[in-house]
This record gives sequence, C-alpha cells and structure tokens, in this order.
Amino acid sequence: MVLKIEQDWGRFREIVRGKIKENLRKYIVHSELIGKKGKDIVSIPVPQIEIPRFVHSPQKAGGVGQGKGEEGTPIAIGEGEGESKAGNQPGEHILEVELTLEEMAQILGEELELPNIEPKGKKNIKSFSGRYTDIHTAGPESLRHFKRTFKEALKRQIIMGAYDPENPVITPISEDKRYKAREPVEEPAYNAVVIYIMDVSGSMGSEQKEIVRIESFWIDTWLRYQYKDIETRYIVHDAVAHEVDRDTFFSVKESGGTIISSAYKLCRKVIIDRYPPQEWNIYVFHFSDGDNWSRDDTSECIEILEEFLLPSVNLFCYGQVESPYGSGQFYYDLEDNLGDKENLVLSKIPDKDAIYDSIKQFLGRGR
Amino acid sequence: MIPSEIQRYIEEIKKHALDYGLDFFEVVFEVVDFEEMNMLASYGGFPIRYPHWRFGMEYEKISKSYSYGLHKIYEMVINNDPAYAYLLKGNTDIDQKLVIAHVYGHVDFFKNNLWFSKTNRKMLDEMANHAVRVRRYIDRYGPEEVENFIDVCLSIEDLIDIHSPFIKRRHERKGLLEREDEGERKAISKLRSPNEYLDEYINPEDFIEWQKKKAEEERIRRKRFPEYPERDVLLFLIENAPVEEWQRDILSMIREESYYYAPQIQTKIMNEGWAAYWHSKILTEKVITDREIIDYADHHSGTLATRPGVINPYKLGMELFKDIEDRWNKGKFGREYEECNDIEEKRNWDRKLGLGREKIFEVRKFYNDVTFIDEFLTEDFCREHGLFTYTYNRATGMYEIESRDFKKVKEKLLFLLTNCGRPIIEVVDGNYMNRGELYLIHRHEGVDLKIDWAKDVLNNLSKIWKRPVYLETVVEGKVRVFSADAGAHRK
Repeated sequence: MVLKIEQDWGRFREIVRGKIKENLRKYIVHSELIGKKGKDIVSIPVPQIEIPRFVHSPQKAGGVGQGKGEEGTPIAIGEGEGESKAGNQPGEHILEVELTLEEMAQILGEELELPNIEPKGKKNIKSFSGRYTDIHTAGPESLRHFKRTFKEALKRQIIMGAYDPENPVITPISEDKRYKAREPVEEPAYNAVVIYIMDVSGSMGSEQKEIVRIESFWIDTWLRYQYKDIETRYIVHDAVAHEVDRDTFFSVKESGGTIISSAYKLCRKVIIDRYPPQEWNIYVFHFSDGDNWSRDDTSECIEILEEFLLPSVNLFCYGQVESPYGSGQFYYDLEDNLGDKENLVLSKIPDKDAIYDSIKQFLGRGR
Repeated sequence: MIPSEIQRYIEEIKKHALDYGLDFFEVVFEVVDFEEMNMLASYGGFPIRYPHWRFGMEYEKISKSYSYGLHKIYEMVINNDPAYAYLLKGNTDIDQKLVIAHVYGHVDFFKNNLWFSKTNRKMLDEMANHAVRVRRYIDRYGPEEVENFIDVCLSIEDLIDIHSPFIKRRHERKGLLEREDEGERKAISKLRSPNEYLDEYINPEDFIEWQKKKAEEERIRRKRFPEYPERDVLLFLIENAPVEEWQRDILSMIREESYYYAPQIQTKIMNEGWAAYWHSKILTEKVITDREIIDYADHHSGTLATRPGVINPYKLGMELFKDIEDRWNKGKFGREYEECNDIEEKRNWDRKLGLGREKIFEVRKFYNDVTFIDEFLTEDFCREHGLFTYTYNRATGMYEIESRDFKKVKEKLLFLLTNCGRPIIEVVDGNYMNRGELYLIHRHEGVDLKIDWAKDVLNNLSKIWKRPVYLETVVEGKVRVFSADAGAHRK
C-alpha cells in the first residue's frame, strides 16, 4: 500500500512553521509549554491549525461528564475538550511540535528581526571541520575518488599509447589513485560569555522569577545560535551577591534587602578573573525590580557601570520586572545617568506579555 | 496477506457473530504496521484521499501521540461494501480477537442502522475518485490555488442538512406557467354557494381577505430566494455561488464526504456501544481461553475507562444497550412499571419476558444517538453511572460540575448531540437588500456561537459568495448581525 501522507505531512509542517512565526508572542508567554527534551530538542506545544467553523462557544455550552464529585467541584476536561465530546468532532487539541534549538532561534530571529551579532576580538584559528572538497594522492581506500582515478589512468594510458578506443579498457595503477580530502577551513572562533544577574531580594516574587526564567531561556537560545560555544555564569544577589549554578539561580528562595552594587562588583571580579574583555564577547543581563537599598548604592552602581562594565561588555541589559513591592526607581536612575550609552539597554517587563518586546529591545542592537 | 493464525480467528469469530444474529457486509481484513495505521487513520480510514495538509496535521497528531505512547489505534473499519478493516500488526492474539469481534459489531451497525442507509457504500472508490479530480485541478490551477480554496471550503464543510437524505424538503421545480396558474387559482378560490344570498355566509369577507393575504404571502415567498430557509448551505452555494466550475466540483466533493461521515457522528455512542457490546459478548461467551482472561479484561477496561468530565461513548453506549436488554428481558418498561411506586418491587421487577435481545437489535436499526438517549436514558441509569452536567465558571476559569439532576443531564446531552452538536445555520436570503448579498440565520438554541470563529467563517463564505455575507445570531441575549467585511454592528 503506497500512501501519500508524506506530502501532506510536509506541507502541514511548513505551514506550522509559518504559524509559529505569526503567533510567536503567544508561545513565549505560555511559559509552561517550554521544556528541554533530550539533547537539544525542545518541544513547544503549538495549537493545531484550527479551521474556523460555526461552533457553539465551548464555555457557554458546557457539557456532560461522568464520575464522582459534588456540585461545584472543578473538573479537568482538558484543553478544549469540553466541546461536544460525545460527538466526533476533533476538539482543539494541543499538538506538540518539535523543533531543534537552532530552528527556534532562527524563527525567533526572523520574527523579532534580530540582527546578526558582529562579534569583537577576532581570533582566527584553523579548524579541520571543512568539507571534503580537496583531492589528495594518498588516502584511505574508502575515500577513493573513482572518477578522478579513472581520469588519471586514462591520461596515463593515452600518454603511454596504451589506450585503444576500439577496446576502451582502463586499468588504474596505484599512482593513478586519487582520494577525497578535507580542505582545512579557516574559521574564526569567538568566545562569548553571558552573565545573568538576578535580584532575589524579598520583593521579587515567583512570578517575577518566572519572567526572568523565560526571558533568559530565549536570550540563551539566541546567543547560542549566534556563537558556537558560549559560557554562562549566574549571579544572584540580595544584600550580598553570590555566584551560583544554573539550577540554584532559578530556584533560590528570595529574602533580604537589595544592594545592587554587590552584584556589579562580583560581576566585575568574574570578568577580570576569567574573561578578559579583549578576547571575550561579554553579555550581562541584570533583572531586578529596581528597588535598591539606598541612593548611595545606586551611585556606586552607576560608577561601576560607567568605569568598568560598560567599556568591557558588548551589551549590558537591565530588565526591570514589576513587583508590587518595588519602586522601580533604579530604572530611572540608570536612564538619567547613563541613558546615552550605546551598549546599555534598559527594558521594563511588567508581565509575561512584555517579554517579547523586551527581548527585541535587548537583542535588537546586533551587538 | 493475513497471517493464517489471524485468518483462523476471523473465521471463528465471524461464525459466532452470525450465530448471534449479526448481519454484516463482507469484511476485508488487512494487517498493517503502525505507520500505515497512523496514515490510514489520518486519512479518515481511506487509503487514498485528495492532497491536503489537514491529513498531514492529523498524521502529526496521531503519530506523535503514538510515539509518546499516549494512545494506539488498534483497529479501524470503514463503512463500505465490502467493509475494510485494518488490524494492527504485532498486537497480541487476544487484542486481535477482541478487535475482530468489535469490527463485526461495527459492520453490522453500518449495514443495518437506518441512518446509514443512504450512505455511499462504494465510498472507497468515491474517495479515490475525488483524489484524482482534485489532483487534476492541482495540475491545472496550481497547488496553492486549489489548497486555498479547500481551506475555505473546510470551514463550511459541516453546513449540511443531516436530515435531508430522509426528508423531501425541496419542492419539485414545476414549470413557470404551471406555477402561475396555481397561484391564480389559489388566489380566487371560493366555496360554491347554492344561493347568492348565502354567499356572504359561506364565503365571508374575512375569509376572502385571509385568502388574499395568503396568496400575497405566497407570492412574496416565491420571490424570495431561497423560497424556504436552506440548511444545506453547501448545496445552496453549489447551486448559486458565482464560482468556477472546478471550485463547484470541489464544493460538491466536500459536501458528499460530509454527508458520508454525518451518520457516524450521529450514531457515535450507539455504534461504539454496539461494537463494544458485541466484542464483550462474543469474547467472554465464546472465544477467550482461561489464560487470556486477564489480558482481555485489561484491554476491555481500557476501552471503557471513563475520566471525569468526558463521556466515553463506548462505555455509555454499551451500558445503555445492556440496560435496555435487561429491562426488556425483565419487562421493566411500559405503563405498569412506570406507575409502580414501590422501589423494592421495581428493583426486583421481573416478568421474564426475554425480549432483550430482540429489542436491542430493533434499537440498533431505528435509532440514532439523539433518539437513543431521549428514549432510553433513564433516571436510574443516570444516577447509577454518575452522569453530571458541567459548566464554565468565569470566576475561577475552570469547568465545574453543575448538576446531577436527570432532566438537566438529559437535556444537555441531547443538546450536545442534536445536529451533531453543531449550531443550526440556515440561508434565508440570497438576495438580501436586493443586492445579491447573502443572509444567514443562526437558529439560537440557548448557546451562543464562538464569535471570533463565526466572523472568520463569514469571511470565508464571502470569498465564495463574492458579495457581503451576513449572519444573524444572538449574543448574550441580544440579536446581532455580523457581516463579513464591515465587522460587527448592532442591528
């Protein structure tokens, strides 16, 4: 039985890719839908392509179920399955579409119109990752280039007068053999490091951290697409700053007050110790609710930024998440004092929906 | 090629099925691997369909779901003569036996249930034929063009009149003169009076007036287009929309396929229930061996599992059939039983009538889900099986149990099943405002439409109609008219 589903399937996937582009915004806000699977496969659930029809509004229609429970007991009927389950209508099932990180980054880049990054600190090294485009006279038999080998043999036989057009037998001898070989390609290698700094003071709630988590995921995805190898460092701070690993970064409990300069100092130390700015492309992302301890400390932050951080890094991004407790003053302080710096990006992220715009602000400069 | 072992099961089970009185078309079994099964399922059971991404979408869903182990399609059977049934390669023997019995249940239902009587029994060929036609149009007009048009059609594919195969709704087209004559005659019809002075009593003035009024109404109605509101919107479009011939042909194919699938939706509960009833009957009474019983029970319970909030048609249907059989065996029906007020007596009621088997065969012949539920869902059954209605709570954003009241459950269930759970949409005017615009009415049954989608559908309709299209519906208790190009406005 020969079935033609491949064609329809391919077509569907093409459309879905287009679909993702249109609705990317939605996927970024639906954080719970993003998860890593396997090595670098991410499964993003996307809605199926819904064909609009005249249907009853599922929320108004309700339905009939079976099972235990008092009146008023909430029930999980699944995404969109409330719609006439007794019928045969396919509901609005959520469909997971797998994309590689690279594909996702491409989509992200296209959608947000992100410019490719022009790295600094070029350091050319030769790598042998090149393609087999060269021909050598020696090599393993498995790489023998038959056509070239026979051409050589033909040439030799003609020169020697051993070639008979009536009876074109060509016998290569070992000198005739040619082998495919890799051509070394000069590939620039760039080093890049991303330093995430997060305020974990008492005023940062779990919702704010969720925003940071999502945003940093997308930033990571994009930068990893732009640079082959990338290092990430994580710094959390309340009144003091610590360098932590990734898991801790996203799980550490909030407490204490906020002294932002502690984090900036630690960041400075990390850069000086490990990442000399002339060799590294450095990205710093700082997320906070902007409620710093004192004006003095803010002045100190501005000083560190102006004197060390901004001259050293490609990009310093400050994302201010809104929390019910924060004043958000830090944002304005930075804006007033350093607003004219090219590689300082300020962004406000009041809620999940704003993540999209914020990423665009951060990465839209192509640095 | 069917493995000889499976062939043996088929023959054995077929014999039992015939002994029980099932009556089916010849069934052609094929054993397929999961990939083929997934593909066939994506194509709605048919090996050849016209090219369209939605089948790919189905495939994506089904194959993903299979590879994550979320579900597995054990069997598929298509309503055709001969019927085609696909068995999944690598299933255990007991699974295959169960599935084979299940298939015979379905085919018996296809063949005998009246709602299927008008379906095309050569649909396998017809689907292949559609595929050829669509491919030809693709060659001629380009894949984009054809696909875009199909996309538009799909959004209205369910706008058919599911009862029309059984009802003569359309009036024969009579010759124009004949109709004129008829009109004239009607307009002046007077009863004959023997004496002139009696005339004003036999034909009183208001009677004459009434007749005139009716004649006038009739005249106006005839000017209307369509004369009567048309539920078969697709047919109306095929006959009247200004589209290319090939587009008309695609519309008619889509409509034909819609009518083919409609009875399966109309009888989902019964059909699955019937098949489940028979696989359990045949297997437990005749086929399974002692060592297979656990695997059988495992599979069977999986088929009938219920989750809160979702009605499992297999379960509901099968239990109802069993209930009916039991009631008719014991004579738990009729006036005497209904009027008995003694709970104890009612519970132990047994007139030893033994009419159960006969009754369920009758039910599978004449009923569809709506009439089935309407007639046989009893209060006892509803309570015993814990049915409830649920509703959306705006405050919590969750669905929650609303009521276990029998009347409400039944009402809701019937609502969900009526017209396959789809809203009823009719064309009332194809020449609205005398500007050739299309006016549709949603016959509001208490539940509003999903408005954003409705607007998109209108848009698609206007692509076919090529003129503004209107939809009259009720939103939050107020009559509103939406139009395809200008958006919403209050009437």
